[in-house]
Amino acid sequence: MMRVELTVNGQRRSDDVEPRLLLVHYLRETCGLRAANVGCDTTSCGACTVLFNGSSVKSCTMLTVQAAGGEVTTAEGLAPDGELHPVQRAFRQEHGLQCGFCTPGMVMATVGLLAENPEPTEQQVREGLEGNLCRCTGYHNIVRAVLAAAGEQAAAGSATTAGSAAGERAGQ
Amino acid sequence: MIPAQFDYAAAESVAHALDLMASLGDEAKLLAGGHSLLPMMKLRLVAPTALIDLGQLTELAGLSTDGDELVIGAMTRHADLAASELARSEAPLLAHAAAQVGDPQIRHRGTIGGSLAHADPAADLPMALLALGGSVQAQGPGGTRRIAADDFFAGFFETSLAPDELLTAVRVPRRPDAAWGYQKFVRRANDWAIVGVAAADGRIALANMGSVPLRASAAEQALADGASAAGAAALAADGTEPAEDMHADGEFRRHLARVLTRRALEHRS
Repeated sequence: MMRVELTVNGQRRSDDVEPRLLLVHYLRETCGLRAANVGCDTTSCGACTVLFNGSSVKSCTMLTVQAAGGEVTTAEGLAPDGELHPVQRAFRQEHGLQCGFCTPGMVMATVGLLAENPEPTEQQVREGLEGNLCRCTGYHNIVRAVLAAAGEQAAAGSATTAGSAAGERAGQ
Repeated sequence: MIPAQFDYAAAESVAHALDLMASLGDEAKLLAGGHSLLPMMKLRLVAPTALIDLGQLTELAGLSTDGDELVIGAMTRHADLAASELARSEAPLLAHAAAQVGDPQIRHRGTIGGSLAHADPAADLPMALLALGGSVQAQGPGGTRRIAADDFFAGFFETSLAPDELLTAVRVPRRPDAAWGYQKFVRRANDWAIVGVAAADGRIALANMGSVPLRASAAEQALADGASAAGAAALAADGTEPAEDMHADGEFRRHLARVLTRRALEHRS
């Protein structure tokens, strides 16, 4: 076992982990955060997407020890006080989900995308979500939701409402 | 899926990484971005006894120029290479290739050094390095040496790096004005190339047309002799023996190599 220290959704944590413990299992089982799903488990589907130091990553393909010293944000961390994040709100309003399994990953990939590119074109949204698969094939409304969220963030005059980690990246 | 157990050590410097390599032995593996190695470990295709994590070696990340070469640190992530203004102006083919790797999440973690050392013949960056006539810098206990792309890829997932050497940097010629083309044929988003072609400055490299990324030598010779793009491209598959798999048989791959080479020589990407 190894001691690993990192920040998850703004909270400092210190846990003993096996080096082989995948970040997604750490988040789900050690931290009790179940938003990130294990879908394909082969770096393809993106259901396990979280932000690591502000960038979207697939947490099934990262060791927890690789996240030492870093900052992880899961979907739970987007709405700490219960008020939906603009991206979550847009997915709800545009019906950007069907069964919901891919949704936490789609939302986190979107938050990462909009931090890097606050006003993407539809084509850039489709390419930006290339790493996320929707098993219901509900892509049109997902793209619509991302564009709506981008529009809302632009209207709010700031692309840095995307959570502290994403905000830092946008400011780089 | 959970990898087999291994010991873990985070390298604190290049020298420390070399020490760890010496002490942990041949069954240890270097961990860069982990986006080739960890999936293989999860599938138990490989089970290293120890991982030496290079993730903290920030001195190996970033881009600079050295005379007429662009120097890319081995731990530079694909997303950072793709977004680098320096790379986009001095070696646009390389920046474009980095932007074609996997998907955004993969590009946030994967590194150029890891991708080259992994030496997947279907991958983007090995083909790009070969097309650009670049080289890699390797550091071992005996010092530093440079290995040309033409000599680097030794076999299927095999390089000419010695077991005690660490790939520290990648060098490509600065050619801001050279015309280039890049073609990657895939059936699914975020997949490896069924066949890929990168062309720059009279050099043509092919991905997934053999056990290593290959030069299309006959087509290059034809170009040098004044052939048209179409004329040279017709020779692109000469001498290749591509593998057959569920995506394509050999004849289809040879067809793709010819078609994609023509498009790449027409500077399409």
